[in-house]
This record gives sequence, C-alpha cells and structure tokens, in this order.
Amino acid sequence: MANRYFDEIWGNSRGRKPRPGFESIARWIRETPRRELRRRQDSAETAFRQLGITFNVYGDEDEAERIIPFDIIPRVFTADEWSKLSDGLEQRVTALNMFLEDVYGDRKILNDGIVPADLILCNPGFTPLVNGHRPPHGIYAHICGIDMVRTGPDEFLVLEDNARTPSGVSYMLENREAMLRLCPELFETFEVEPVDGYPDALGEMMQAVAPEGASGDPCCVLLTPGHFNSAFYEHSFLADNIGIELVEAADLVVDDDIVWMRTIEGRKRVDVIYRRIDDDFLDPLVFRPDSMLGVPGLMAAYFAGNVTLINAPGGGIADDKAIYSYMPEIVKYYSGQDAKLPNVETWRCREADALKYTLDNLAELVVKKVDGSGGYGMLVGPTSTTEEIEEFRAALKANPDGYIAQPTLALSTVPTLTEKGIKGRHVDFRPFCLSDGKGVTTIPGGLTRVALREGSLVVNSSQGGGTKDSLVLRPESEQPEAKD
Amino acid sequence: MRLHVDHRTDYVFSEPQRRLVQLLRVTPVNFAAQHVIDWHIDVDCDARLRNHRDGFGNHVTMLYIDGPISNVALRVSGEVLTDDRSGMIEDASERLPAQAFLRSTGLSKADDAIRTFAKEIAKAKTDPLEQMHLLMARLLERIQFEPTLDAVERDAATAFEASQGVCQDHAHIFCAAARAMGIPARYVSGHLFRRDGAEQQEASHAWAEACLPSIGWVGFDPANGISPDDAYVRVAIGLDYRDAAPVAGRRVGGGEESLAVDVRVTQAQSQSQN
Amino acid sequence: MLARTASYLYWIGRYMERAEFTARLIEATLRLDALSARPAGEAAWASALSVAAAREDFEKTGESITPTNVANFLTFSKDNPNSIYNCLYTARMNARAVRTALTREGWESINRAWLAIDGRSSVGSAQGTINLLEALIAESRGFEGALHRMLRQESHYFLMLGESIERADNTARLIDVKYHIILPEGEEVGGMVDRDQWGTILQTVSANTAFRWLYRDGLSPRRVVEMLILRRELPRSIAATVDEVASLLSELGKLTGYQGEADRLARLRQQRINATGIREIITGGLHQYLQAFIEENRLLSQAITRQFRFD
Repeated sequence: MANRYFDEIWGNSRGRKPRPGFESIARWIRETPRRELRRRQDSAETAFRQLGITFNVYGDEDEAERIIPFDIIPRVFTADEWSKLSDGLEQRVTALNMFLEDVYGDRKILNDGIVPADLILCNPGFTPLVNGHRPPHGIYAHICGIDMVRTGPDEFLVLEDNARTPSGVSYMLENREAMLRLCPELFETFEVEPVDGYPDALGEMMQAVAPEGASGDPCCVLLTPGHFNSAFYEHSFLADNIGIELVEAADLVVDDDIVWMRTIEGRKRVDVIYRRIDDDFLDPLVFRPDSMLGVPGLMAAYFAGNVTLINAPGGGIADDKAIYSYMPEIVKYYSGQDAKLPNVETWRCREADALKYTLDNLAELVVKKVDGSGGYGMLVGPTSTTEEIEEFRAALKANPDGYIAQPTLALSTVPTLTEKGIKGRHVDFRPFCLSDGKGVTTIPGGLTRVALREGSLVVNSSQGGGTKDSLVLRPESEQPEAKD
Repeated sequence: MRLHVDHRTDYVFSEPQRRLVQLLRVTPVNFAAQHVIDWHIDVDCDARLRNHRDGFGNHVTMLYIDGPISNVALRVSGEVLTDDRSGMIEDASERLPAQAFLRSTGLSKADDAIRTFAKEIAKAKTDPLEQMHLLMARLLERIQFEPTLDAVERDAATAFEASQGVCQDHAHIFCAAARAMGIPARYVSGHLFRRDGAEQQEASHAWAEACLPSIGWVGFDPANGISPDDAYVRVAIGLDYRDAAPVAGRRVGGGEESLAVDVRVTQAQSQSQN
Repeated sequence: MLARTASYLYWIGRYMERAEFTARLIEATLRLDALSARPAGEAAWASALSVAAAREDFEKTGESITPTNVANFLTFSKDNPNSIYNCLYTARMNARAVRTALTREGWESINRAWLAIDGRSSVGSAQGTINLLEALIAESRGFEGALHRMLRQESHYFLMLGESIERADNTARLIDVKYHIILPEGEEVGGMVDRDQWGTILQTVSANTAFRWLYRDGLSPRRVVEMLILRRELPRSIAATVDEVASLLSELGKLTGYQGEADRLARLRQQRINATGIREIITGGLHQYLQAFIEENRLLSQAITRQFRFD
C-alpha cells in the first residue's frame, strides 16, 4: 500500500526520479550528509526550547511544557502550485465571510434552502446574541487557517476551516528563521517567497478593519488569556512583532460603551482587539458568567460599533464539520463559481443514509465530531482496534448529529529525517489567510504538520506530530535546472 | 389595563467600589398586547447609560458607574397599556426564526427524567397547543412553588428532580420539555400584576413562550398555570435565564454585596378598575 | 506602557532584590553561627527571621529555631511568602507575563536563578547551603548586570524603582533588628563592638570592604550606622536608595510628562535625609528613626502604586 502514496518530491517514482521542478531540492536532500542534517535539526530544536516555543498537551498534566518536533527537510510548493492554491483560498475565505454575514443577517442561504436551516439555527456554534449585528466592514473571519491535504499532483483538498482563533502561525515564522540560519544554501539555490511579512500584514489588516469612527491611527491590541495559556508564546511573539500591546482582561475597561486600556499615564482608547480568547469567555455579562478571562461590557462596546473584534464573535459556526460539508454549495452560492478547492467527501451522520453507510464501513472511515478539533474525538478506522471501533459505534448511534465520516485519505508524503534515515511521512498544511474587507491576503507559506510515526495519518502535535518549513518558490525559480 | 411598574434595586457594598458595570434588560418592548407609555431608569449617583438592542431584540441598557461608591439605588419605573390576547405574541419584531429556539442550553437542558416527562405529554395529546397546556398544567402540579429558594443559576434537571423551585425554574423546565417535543420554546422575564392585591414583590417574574404551528408564539406561565393576560408586562426573551435576566453586573472593589429588590406593579390611577 | 506591565516590572525588581537580600542574610548568619569561633546560636537565627519579616510566619509552623529549620524556612518554604523560593517563583511568573518588556538577557537571568532553586527542597550541610546561596547571589548579580545594560526606558526604570524601594526597606530592617541585639538597653553607644556580629551586617549589605575604605580608623556602632544610613557612597545605604528612588521617579516623569504624589514624597524624603546627621538620629532614637523610615517607604510604595495605576 505504501507505494500508492503520492510523494511531493518524488511523485510516484518511489525515490527514483524527482517531479519536474523538484530536481534541485531532491539533489539537496541526496547530497547533504545525514549527520549534518541531524546536527542542524538538533540545533533548531535546542533553539526552540530556549525560546520557550512550547505547548501544553491536554490531559497530560505532568508533562506541562513540550516543544513540537521540527523536521529539517522542508516541504516545497512551486509557484504554479501556490498560485492555484492561493486563488482557491481567496475564493473560499471570501465565501466564508459572506456566509457568516448572511447567517447573522438576512439568512438568504437558509431561505433559499442551500443549507438546512436547523443545521445553522440549532447549532451550538450559532450565537443568537450577535444576530443582526454587522461587524465593522462586514468581516467575521479576519484570520482563517484552512487545513488542507494533498493526495496527488493536482489534488489539494480542504479538510477543515478554522475561523475561530487559528493558531500555529508562530511556527511558520520560527521554522523559517531556523531554516534561514541553518540551511542558508537552500535560499541561495532557490528564490523563496518570504513569510516574515506576516506580522506587518496582520498589523495592517488590524488597522484597516478599525471601526469607521476610529482615529486615523487606531489603537490595536492582542488580548491573551494570560501566561498560563498553552499558546502564550505565540501571543507574546505576535504582539511583539506587530508592535502592539499584549493585554490581559484586567488591562481593559469598558466605560460608556468604549474600550479603554489601562496605562501608567491613564486610560487609552482601544479600537481593535485581536482576541485569543474563545467567545464563551469574552464577556461575563453575556457569555459565561464565571469567566475570569473576559472583559465585562466588551460586547456592548462591540454592539455600539466602537471596537472591532478579531475574529468576530459567532464566526465559530463555520468550523462545524457538518457545515463544512456544505462548503462547495456555499462557495458556489456566493461566488457564482464552482469551488476551486474541493472538500473531502463527507457523510453527514445526521442523514439516515449516511449514518447507515458510516456504521457499515466504520473500519475503513475516519469519523469526526462535528465540533471537535486537535485530533480529539476522532476515529481512524483502519488503524483502530475492534474495541475502539465498537466504542465509537455506540457513540455514533447515541448522537448521529454530532458526527461526520470521511474516507481514509491517501495523504501525500514528504521526505522526512527519521531514525531510519530519510523516509516519506504523511503531511497536511495550514495556510493563513487575512481578510480586511477589501481582499484576502494569503502569506506564501504556512504550517506543514508531519505525522512522524511510520504510516501514521494523524499530524496533530498532541498525537506525536511535528512541523516542517513550507517553502513557496518564486516564479523565476521555476526552471532551476536552466540556471545551473 | 394600564399598569404602573416600580422596580427598585438597592445595592450596599461592604467596601467602597472602584467601578461598576451593569447590563440591564429592564425596558419592555411594544407588541400587539403591550404598549409602553413611558419608561425611566434612574440611578442615584453619577452614571453613564447606553442603550442597544441585542440579537434577540431585547432592549439593553448598559450602566457605568465610577467609584468610590458604597451604595447604589436603581429605580426602573413606567407605565404600560396591556391587552388580554390569551398569551399570543403578535406584531412583535421577531429577529430570529423560531427554529433558533429549539436548541438547548446549560440551564434549559432536558435530562432523561424531563425527556420521559415530555414523552408522556406527547402521548397524551396530539395537538401541539393542547400539549403545551398540558405541560403547563403538569408543571404547576408537579413543581412546588418555593419562594424561599435562592434564585441562583439552577438548571432545569436539578429543579425538576427537586420538584420545587421559583418561576425561573418552571420556565426552564417548560423550555426543556417543549424543545424535547420538538416545539421551539423560550424564556421570558417580566412583571406580573397580582390580582390578589399583593402589590409588593421581591423579584420580577419569569415564564415561557412556545411557538406553535399556524398560531405562532404563545405565552405560558407554568408557575401560575395560565397563559399571560393583561396582568403581564413582558420585558426580555432568550434561550434561558442568562439571555433574559434583568441584571448582570460586575464590580471592581472587593468586599460583599447585599441587595434588596422591591417590585411594585399597580394599576395606574387614571384607569378605572375592571 | 500598560499599568500592569509597569506593576509586574516593579515587583520583579522588588522580588529579585528581596531574594538576593535574603540569600545574603542567610549566608552571613550561617557564617556567623557555624563558621565563627563563638556560635551565635538561636539569637542569631531569631534575628534573621525578624530581619526577613518572617518571624510570625515561622512561629505558625510550630518548629523550633534551629539553623537548619530557619535556613530552610527562609530559603525554600512555600508557607513563607518571602522565602527565596517564593520570591523567585513570583519574579519568574511576572517576567514570563511581561517578557517582551524585558531583554532576553534579563529574562534568562531570572529564569536561571529560578532553575537553580526549583526542584531542591531542603538545605544540606552548611557548606552545601552556602554554595547554593552563592550560586543564587551570582545569578542575582547577573540580573543586576542585565538591568544595567537595558535601554533607559520605562521598563528599566520600573525594575530599578522596585529594586531601590525594596533595598531601602531591607537595609532599614537589618539595622533596626541588629542594633538592638548588639546594644542591649542602657549600654552606651560607642562601647565595645562585637566584630563578628557587625561583620554579619556588613556582609549582608556587601559592605565589608567598603567600610574599611570609608572608615580607616576602626569599627564602631556609630560609624557602621552612619555608613549604612547616610553614606551615599555605599549603594545599599538608605541615603543612596533615597537618592536613587527620587532620580528614577524624575526620569519616569520626563518620559510620561507628569509627576505626582510619589515624586513629592520622594523629594521630601531626600531633603530630609540630606539635612540629617548621625548625632541627631542617635539622640532621637535610632529605632524610632528607622521605624519612621520603614513606614515612609511603605507609603511611598503605595503612592507609586497609585500614581502609575498599578491596580
């Protein structure tokens, strides 16, 4: 079975002949001594540890701080591949924002019967409180992380949309930093699109989406749950690189429907908040009253149009996997065109036929909770034991609405440095898209996650996944062989 | 009826407070059976008030007070003309489709006991309107009104199991059971004019509404076993108490808070007794 | 700058200074007790507890005053809010939260000090303890160095301000406690000096050699007290910290564009100490003088909290 996987560098040649355009990187992989690669990889991991780029594994309290393993062999996209990808992303993210605006506005898509109304209205991700309120510039998902997989040369599929608070962008930036330092020759051989413009692009987007009435130089901040949060490193890294204040709830005060930040010189008005706190915790007056992370009155300031929240509350409904299954229809409905990036075939277990099919084929399918994330609450049929499958069968029967099923995909592989030398390992990809109401910017790069265990298809860091740098080549380096 | 509502809340703090933020859902909105003649919110100290409408269409007032302050008196008063329309909600500006009220929440979730209870009702009657009336009647009979219970956030299942509660609990169980039967239901907070002459009350009232095919939204007050008539002033709606509660607040300054609520609903003098 | 950031920086300064002071105090007491010819015994350790303002908390543990118990309590105890362990824990937590306001070097020096103590739970032999304390003192010096290499911006000034306020308090308490022990009631100031005891004090404020430079003709309580209170040449003297606080506040005032109650208190205090001589202090009662200073320092810290809106 292993030979059926598409390798992003070797294609289907099983390591004999690189795909066109990948000759130079293949040569780099072949010619750099293994020991040297290992040394560089260790050096990168040491640097990450010192910087404290750590994450917490949920349910594993003893081992509080771990680093995500880093693989020194990058994944490469040609300019042509990237241009198709980013076109598709732009189309999808634009539609996603139009969908969210519609769902909380006129609900045309429900009235037209494209998406079942109950799937939206009864969804825990649908937030009635923000119904009828248009966020500044009509944008809900300012920052989207779209999870993609690849199964062939031209087969890029979307696996998940993350419109809440997608994380991981600090890895994109830190991995590139490490690669530039450790493998400078790669960047001499190839013209690689830079990713370090991300903080600036994010900062500009924040400025652009400030409320209409804000001053010419809007005050933007990043709101973190605090330094105990597993992603605190990323929060402080981003705030520092954008050049904005990193605030906690206690630093913000709402008065007269205006958000203020408490500084040593008194109150300063805040116009835009990039919040890394879930909706439920944002404002204890209207969401969870026990939240200590939120700002009382924040939603009133939002409703008054005095502050932009990034991403806007309520957008999480787009992350629901049952709604995901309608994305091709949603894209078509708003853009008038077929979706450029296809979905993975999905069975909605809320539908009787789909449920039956799923139950009959559990051992071959991947079953996911509609509101799950991080690789939790998920069954990978082919690699699960009979007990695990039966356990899932019971859960599925008890609550079919809560699940979707997908075929087990032949995820592409990328050469990866392992204990046994360089081997193909399965990968996925999360690019980051910024929307400012005028357009969508996708930074040429992203987070490539790699399942380090042989044969594993689960790339989540909580399940033993690692990361790789993702290089996007510039158009002029399309013919690297010609330059030689 | 022409009803006069006087809703006072007195807060006393053991330590002076540096700041207070309150979210008030205390202003009724017009619909066919209810017309607001005038309405005021008065605070006995310097305060900034701001209004908005939330996603349910509720009229929300934000109240911001700077300290140091050790007591606050909040008075909400006004007059409303009401009509008896057998609990039917007509000409209200519905901002959400009824389906949005099929979903359960933490406070209004049905457990097995409530689902069984709902199934029995669904078996006994086929017409949804009759089902809702039966649900109301059974709740009145089954859940003993216990005004000494704190109106803390208690969920439907807990109150159902205890078989006692305040109007808030009746409303939560009603919503949970109705939704379990596939009927959209929502929580309502408001005021009640007591025909028995008890004009002074220690809290505002709460009941529920269900959306019935070809009729629309209809009110049910399971704590009193009737559909709201012209003695009811309807103020706010939501999926549960949390969405419709009259007050949610936060204060900065520590110490203890004690509060006294006094609600008086009377017939305005210009109106003759019916 | 966010008020919380300023507040965390101020407290990092205070806790790092408190940790270093406590380490010096234990080290000096150990040397006095274990390594000198005449062990000072319980009295020395009881007074160390008083200097560290930890006596009440220690009594709550019900343990007896032995060198090991007290050294453990001051170094590791989680029940002692001022133990070195707790000081470094809080300093590191604050530093993590405001990491972008610190330099990398500043963060690393705090993190290293924390790593040196984390995971250890009790003192060992006197020499082993001294080794640990010396390692901690060395890390504190690393922090001090990092502080001085920071850009002269708000971050720097708030860290320094915390350090100076804490230093003033520590020095004042040290003199106050030790003075009573060395000079029992009724004995005239200027009598014979217990060199070992005074040595402890000088060592705690790292002023052993400084004293010999400033007073070449011999040790006397009056001179030691004068140096510790009034000699600006000594960085840990009360007068030096008073100057430092006033000038730090004035630098902050230049950056933020306004001054307040804390500035006024700091300047008033500076003028007063400028006009004071050692004779007056001793005639008026050293204990009274120091108590008044400690209270004034506490009020100044509160004024700083208000002026920069720490809470």
